[in-house]
Amino acid sequence: MAETTHSSTLTSEGEAYWKANLRLIVGCLIVWGLVSFGFGILLRPLLSGIAVGGTDLGFWFAQQGSILVFLVLIFFYAIRMNSLDRHFGVDEE
Amino acid sequence: MDQYTLNLLIVGATFALYIGIAIWARAGSTSEFYAAGRGVHPVTNGMATAADWMSAASFISMAGLIAFAGYSASAYLMGWTGGYVLLALLLAPYLRKFGKFTVPEFIGDRFYSRTARLVAVVCLIVASVTYVIGQMTGVGVAFSRFLEVDASTGLFIGAAIVFMYAVLGGMKGITYTQVAQYIVLITAYTIPAVFISLQLTGNPIPGLGLFSNDIASNEPLLSRLNEVIQELGFAAYTRQDGSPAAVINMTLFTLSLMIGTAGLPHVIIRFFTVPRVADARWSAGWALVFIALLYVTAPAVGAMARLNIVDTIYPNGTAEAPIAGDARPDWMKNWEVTGLLNWDDKNQDGLIQYYNDKSEGFAATAEQRGWKGNELAVNNDILVLANPEIAHLPGWVIALVAAGGLAAALSTAAGLLLAISSAISHDVVKATINPNISERGELLAARISMAVAIAVATYLGLHPPGFAAQTVALAFGLAAATIFPALMMGIFSKRINDRGAVAGMLAGLLFTVVYIFMHKGWFFLPGTNQFPDTIQGSLLGIQSTAIGAVGAVINFAVAYFVAARTADTPQHIKDLVESVRVPRGAGAASAH
Repeated sequence: MAETTHSSTLTSEGEAYWKANLRLIVGCLIVWGLVSFGFGILLRPLLSGIAVGGTDLGFWFAQQGSILVFLVLIFFYAIRMNSLDRHFGVDEE
Repeated sequence: MDQYTLNLLIVGATFALYIGIAIWARAGSTSEFYAAGRGVHPVTNGMATAADWMSAASFISMAGLIAFAGYSASAYLMGWTGGYVLLALLLAPYLRKFGKFTVPEFIGDRFYSRTARLVAVVCLIVASVTYVIGQMTGVGVAFSRFLEVDASTGLFIGAAIVFMYAVLGGMKGITYTQVAQYIVLITAYTIPAVFISLQLTGNPIPGLGLFSNDIASNEPLLSRLNEVIQELGFAAYTRQDGSPAAVINMTLFTLSLMIGTAGLPHVIIRFFTVPRVADARWSAGWALVFIALLYVTAPAVGAMARLNIVDTIYPNGTAEAPIAGDARPDWMKNWEVTGLLNWDDKNQDGLIQYYNDKSEGFAATAEQRGWKGNELAVNNDILVLANPEIAHLPGWVIALVAAGGLAAALSTAAGLLLAISSAISHDVVKATINPNISERGELLAARISMAVAIAVATYLGLHPPGFAAQTVALAFGLAAATIFPALMMGIFSKRINDRGAVAGMLAGLLFTVVYIFMHKGWFFLPGTNQFPDTIQGSLLGIQSTAIGAVGAVINFAVAYFVAARTADTPQHIKDLVESVRVPRGAGAASAH
């Protein structure tokens, strides 16, 4: 299955595509960790002053907010990756 | 029409639908059996993935867990959804591009090692069988309550239905059945939740109702809930245990559930069924959309049900007397029959005292009121099933919830059985025992292994080993400590070679299994554990449920260490990794 891509992916174009992908992944994972482990658990005491519906913002992130951010992240990633695919000419015809 | 006839009608209608779909979507080739011919639309696949993923535990147990654990149950909410971010960004598109049929096949090819493939098969089977037992017992419980047959008969009916659509249709039949099952289960979950949210807060969207004002007191629902349960000696609902040990355990537990979710093979193989790499990315997003519909509702169901229970027991407020046992509502009497709810009049005053009898601060108040212990025991699992009765909803809603619970259990069981049977027919029979098997022969082998897997799952559902509930930690731990790291390193590192991967997986596997056995008993035999399974008494201060994340780190570290000291990965494998990273050419690769 490596027959078509062997030569093309070793070019600097191919490397630039992969690096752009990795940057995007790292950025998304930072947000992913921040809203769940950060706002939801570790930093919750810091957010305790911000009231939301009878409790604080950290509780909202732990029970609902992080799930909604996860959703946005996946669609954001898919949109960005699809345009990267086209930009580097590696999308599926 | 009485409740029993309604249940029979609605559950029967959904079953007829599943079987009809199975006959329409028969599999004719191995590609259709293993990957539904790779023609599934990403939205359809997202829906099927959601049904596949949301098990009896998500549908029946999760809201109950949240209701009684409050904030700390958020680990389940974040863990069981956050894994989809990892799937979408780190695994799904690349595995789709690789274009084969099973997870062990990728591990075996990428690490050019039959040992690696077999280790992956073992982890897959242990993780999946563990899960199937829970689904099958769930089917038995739901049947016995709603169709008034004994649990064994219910289990046989469920197994026969799964047999029909899974053996006949393989992945193709399962996919379209799961779409129908998703619609049934989300409808069944949402309708009672909307009514309860309307009754308590006036807000028709339960997820918003959770943070709205409670109609009765006109203060925020959550602060009223906090007050009411604290008056009965319970910890505040939204309270966080801020001790470092508790915070570390919750973080690691959430992380383990996330990595485990991304490493569970029955979820991963769903991304093999879409036509293109871009569709695999979309599909993970759609899966989370459909999962989030239930997961954003669940915390509302939990909190509102908890408040409803207290209000039912103490209609005039927690400072006044509770209701008399004879005046208890019908739903309590119905659930007492199953043993999942129990009223024990300890002080013989004919009233139901419900409070936290383990609270030292509340002991004096209880003593003064003449209370001799908590008298109401409520099992977590009944909350969702009893919700429509608690809220006085019509009979057809109760029947729908029964159908929804069965749909959740059956769809997950089918997905797991497919992962097990394709590992046996494709990774063991075709790859090891008989490599020259014809396509027809392999399809037959796949169907026979599916039938055997269903028979074993039914047997285990009838005679569940005592450790069934505890092994969920094992399933997630194994997926987190072995399969996820191996897949991720296979895609993101060209340097990890066969020896590194095998050493990493074995180290992760051994560490996780030994750690869990040391806390839960060796092979789950009671009394053989060296450490209690609590935060205080456990080795390293980490509970066994949270150890998968540590196992994953050990896997990564050992794999890098061993790979750095052994021969470099061959060139053709590096080419394989490069081709997996680029979407173009995915269609060609799938022509098997």
